This record gives sequence, structure tokens and C-alpha cells, in this order.
Amino acid sequence: MGLEKLTIKEAHQGVIGKKFSAKELSSEIFAQISKVEPKINAYLLTTEETALKQAEKVDKLISENQKLSPLAGSPVAIKDNIVTKNTRTTAASKVLKDFIPPYSATVYEKLENCNTVLIGKANLDEFAMGGSTENSAFKTTKNPWDISRVPGGTSGGPAAAVASDMCVWALGTDTGGSIRQPASFCGVVGMKPTYGRVSRYGLIAMASSLDQAGPITKTVEDSALVLNAISGFDKYDATSVEKEVPDYTKYLTGEVKDVKIGVPKEFFGGGIETNVKDAVMRAVKRLEGLGGKIVEISLPRSKEAIAVYYLIMPSEVSSNMARYDGVRFGGTREKFGPEVKRRIMLGTYALSSGYYEAYYLKAAKVRTLISQEFQKAFRQVDVIVGPTSPVLPFKLGERVEDPLQMYLADILTVPVNLAGLPGMSIPCGLVGGLPVGLQIIANHWEEGKILNLAHAYEINFPFTEKPRL
Amino acid sequence: MRKKLTLSEVKHVATLANLPLEASELTTFSKQLSEVIDYNMTLLAKVDTKDIEPTAHVTGAKNIQRPDVTEPGLTQKEALKNSKSVHNGFFKVKAILEQE
Repeated sequence: MGLEKLTIKEAHQGVIGKKFSAKELSSEIFAQISKVEPKINAYLLTTEETALKQAEKVDKLISENQKLSPLAGSPVAIKDNIVTKNTRTTAASKVLKDFIPPYSATVYEKLENCNTVLIGKANLDEFAMGGSTENSAFKTTKNPWDISRVPGGTSGGPAAAVASDMCVWALGTDTGGSIRQPASFCGVVGMKPTYGRVSRYGLIAMASSLDQAGPITKTVEDSALVLNAISGFDKYDATSVEKEVPDYTKYLTGEVKDVKIGVPKEFFGGGIETNVKDAVMRAVKRLEGLGGKIVEISLPRSKEAIAVYYLIMPSEVSSNMARYDGVRFGGTREKFGPEVKRRIMLGTYALSSGYYEAYYLKAAKVRTLISQEFQKAFRQVDVIVGPTSPVLPFKLGERVEDPLQMYLADILTVPVNLAGLPGMSIPCGLVGGLPVGLQIIANHWEEGKILNLAHAYEINFPFTEKPRL
Repeated sequence: MRKKLTLSEVKHVATLANLPLEASELTTFSKQLSEVIDYNMTLLAKVDTKDIEPTAHVTGAKNIQRPDVTEPGLTQKEALKNSKSVHNGFFKVKAILEQE
């Protein structure tokens, strides 16, 4: 029937309208997985049994005419650094290769309460450290658009699974671009919410002041539906913020007249591939055509963002990774892969006696300046747009030996995490058969403005291409 | 500002981090860490941060407290389930006082 191609909204309408059952929907997803997964390697675990039980429950609730969440019955892939009770969660690390979580992350509990259907746990760079999913200790995920290329990272598994219809949507995490960059590389929609919008309880911590969970979907509308379900304060995460959650679908008006769109010249400068730049500029022109007001802005501090990020993040990593001592759970520390070891070393050094002030504290201060610069920009504009990634999806193996080159690929996504802002990547075209992502950034708690603009773009310039698999 | 990490510095950091590293890893990290730190500090050294407060929580959230009452948590069995070294219902750890 081709049910695997559906969006969350279409799937929901089909299921509640009894055009097909939740069970049929998830079976078609698993059929697609048996066909495509051998080529793509998006999953570390598929959960047919759980899915069957959850889908049957949805069908039963429908037969009883119960009121259901718009996510009910939707087949979802969960990035494997989000803990799921009694379902193996590895963070793609040998250290956690047989870890069975005794509890679920708050985000996943919320999804269970919405009666989503768990399809499986998706691949990532080990402990979400990387930018290509090549750092997974278990398998290399391929980009569905060109299997000789990376899907991006660290949510490469989730993004590739969505792009190849091996789930209807996925839940990822984003510390320095890990939702947006793979979404860009795989031609899907990825949203990183404001820091504190979504609970981090049960996310296997990487850098606690930067991590945030968010949806990877086929449409902007689906992103709003997921955001409605996962947002909100959680008493188990003291950094989540008690703030009313609006109905995000109300921003999907298609109306963007006079929205002030900031275009930072630094996001189109050196280091950005020309064809990426051209594709994104065309999208900006289109937004102008829809009634948006383009405002040229400057974010000079963004050039230091990578430097700040690669001090703050490894420092927090070194502290978070200290818990893996092989005593309470997991294996011993020599099982960490090279990138995890590298970041632990970098962070331990940056925090060590005699260097803390020069490195970590200096970076934390420049972080303040980066935040302030964004705040200043948002006095002038509603949203900021630019490319998500400076480059097109690169070849497998091309950057693994050169950490600094790999780190520089995060240059356009990292500033958003440092400032705690919400950001989204939406597909805005293909260059040589490879997707390009348009990044839209807003001020804290203004996910609505992003969804508004992204949705208007999407309905006027729909991205209908699909990878040939 | 020091930019080049020597092998003995890298060894010291590995000890602090409790990371058992091979000799070849130490050599590689000495080069790679130097490169990354050098890149980072060359950029940051140019930024004036006098009188600038460091960022802790990006949206400015302050400490959140809860009433000091107990709530149910994991059972002993659940908490021990993933451990590979358990003794009489406890985690078994290496003797810490015998270390150097």
C-alpha cells in the first residue's frame, strides 16, 4: 500500500479513519526495513515485538472510540542514546553494548503515553560524538541519497531511517548540530528546541549544558506535532524550564508577510561550498518572494564559536564520561572508541589545574559574548537563516583521520547550541543529487516563529524528491 | 600560553582521566590535542573578555529546589541488574585505599 511513505499526520488520519490499522502500518514499515536496511544500516536494534504490542493497543483504543494523541500509532525510531526501559540502549558504544536501562527517558515516556509505536533504536556516533555516524562502534550508516556518502551525525541513523521510510519519524538529540546536520544531509526536517524546552532526563549525557532532544520528521507540520508532545518542564531535569507550552500547530498559518529574516554575512563566507551557498540563497530569495523582509546582519563572534564549543563540550564530556567505571553498569574504560577518548583527554586537559582559567573559563566567557550577539540580532529580526552545513554530504572515510576538519563541519550549527537557541533544518533543494538544508534560527522559546517560516516555505516549495533505493 | 602538549603531559592527563591508553594513542593524542587547543586558543586569545561573566545556564534558569521528601526509586534488584560485579546485593568495587 506504500504506507511507509506517510507523514505522522497522514498516518494518524488513516488509522483513526480506519483506512488501515496501526498494525498494518507498522508491518509495512518492517517490510521496508527488510528491503532497505541491509543497504543503509540505520538501526542498532529493531523491536518488532514491542511494536506489535503497541500497535495492537492503538487499534484496540480506536475500536473503543477513545480519543487519541495525533502521534498515536506513528512508527518511531529512537536514537540509541535515549534510554528505553527494558530495551537495550548502547549509545553505539562497546562500553554499553549489553546495557538494559531500568527506566525510560522522560521524552520516551511521553511518547509511550501518546501511544507511538517503537520500531527500533537507531545508530549514532559513539555517545553522540562525531559528525558522520562513522564513530559508531557497531556499524556505518550510509546516506540514502548516495550510499558512498555519510548520513551526517550524530543522529545519522534516525535521519537516514526517516529519509528511507524505515520509520515515519525519529527522535534525535542535538549537542552541536546532531539533529540539524544529518537532517540536512538526508533531506528531512530536523528541529533542535530551546535548551530547557524538552527534558534531558534519560538522554545519555554528553555535554549537559548543550544537549537537547528533538524531532526528525518528513514535514514541518509533523515537527510541530511532536514538539507539542515532548515539550515541558520535568521535575527530573532541573535544567528544564517551567514555561507554558503553546500549541505549535497554531503557527502553521502559511502567512509570513513582513517577517524580518536576518541573513548573517558570516554564514555565507569562506569555508561554505559555493553550490550550498547558491542553493540556500535561492531559498532566501523565495522567502522574500513570500513576503518576508530580508535584513542583512552580522554575527562576527560566530567565527569563535567552534573554538568555544571544542573547549566547553569536551570539558563537560570528560565529566559526564567519568561515570563509566565498569562498576554499576557497562564495560571498562579501554572500550571507549578513539573519538570519545580524544574528547575525554581534551576536556580533562582543559579543566586541569593551571589550565582551567585559560581554557574552560575563557571559553565560557566568550560563550556569553556569542549569546549576547544573538540577543542583539533578535532585537532587529524575527529569525536568522543560513545553511545548516557548510558542505554537502561527504564521502565515507574522507574525514575520519582528521579531527579538526571534522570539527569544522559544525561551524554553522554550534553557535545555536552555545546560545541555547532553537534551530531547524529543512530541505531546500538538491545539488548533484544530494540534499541541501536551510537552517532557521529563532530566539529562546520562539520555536513558533521557526515553524511558521519553515511551513510557509514547505507548502510553497515542497521538497518532493525521494532517494532511489 | 602553552600550545604544544608534550608526551609526559598527555600521560598525566590520561592518569587524571583514568584512561588506560596505549603508547601509540599517547603519541597521536599529543599531536591532535595540540592541534585543536592551538586552533581554539589562537582564536579566543584575540577576544577581550574583561568583565564578562561566564555562561552557566543559557536561558538564565536558577537553582530549582524540591521539597525534601523521599520518593520511590529503583529497587535494589533493578539498580544492580546491569552490574558485572555484585556481591551479596551490593556493588563490588576495587579497594580504593590501596591505590597509590
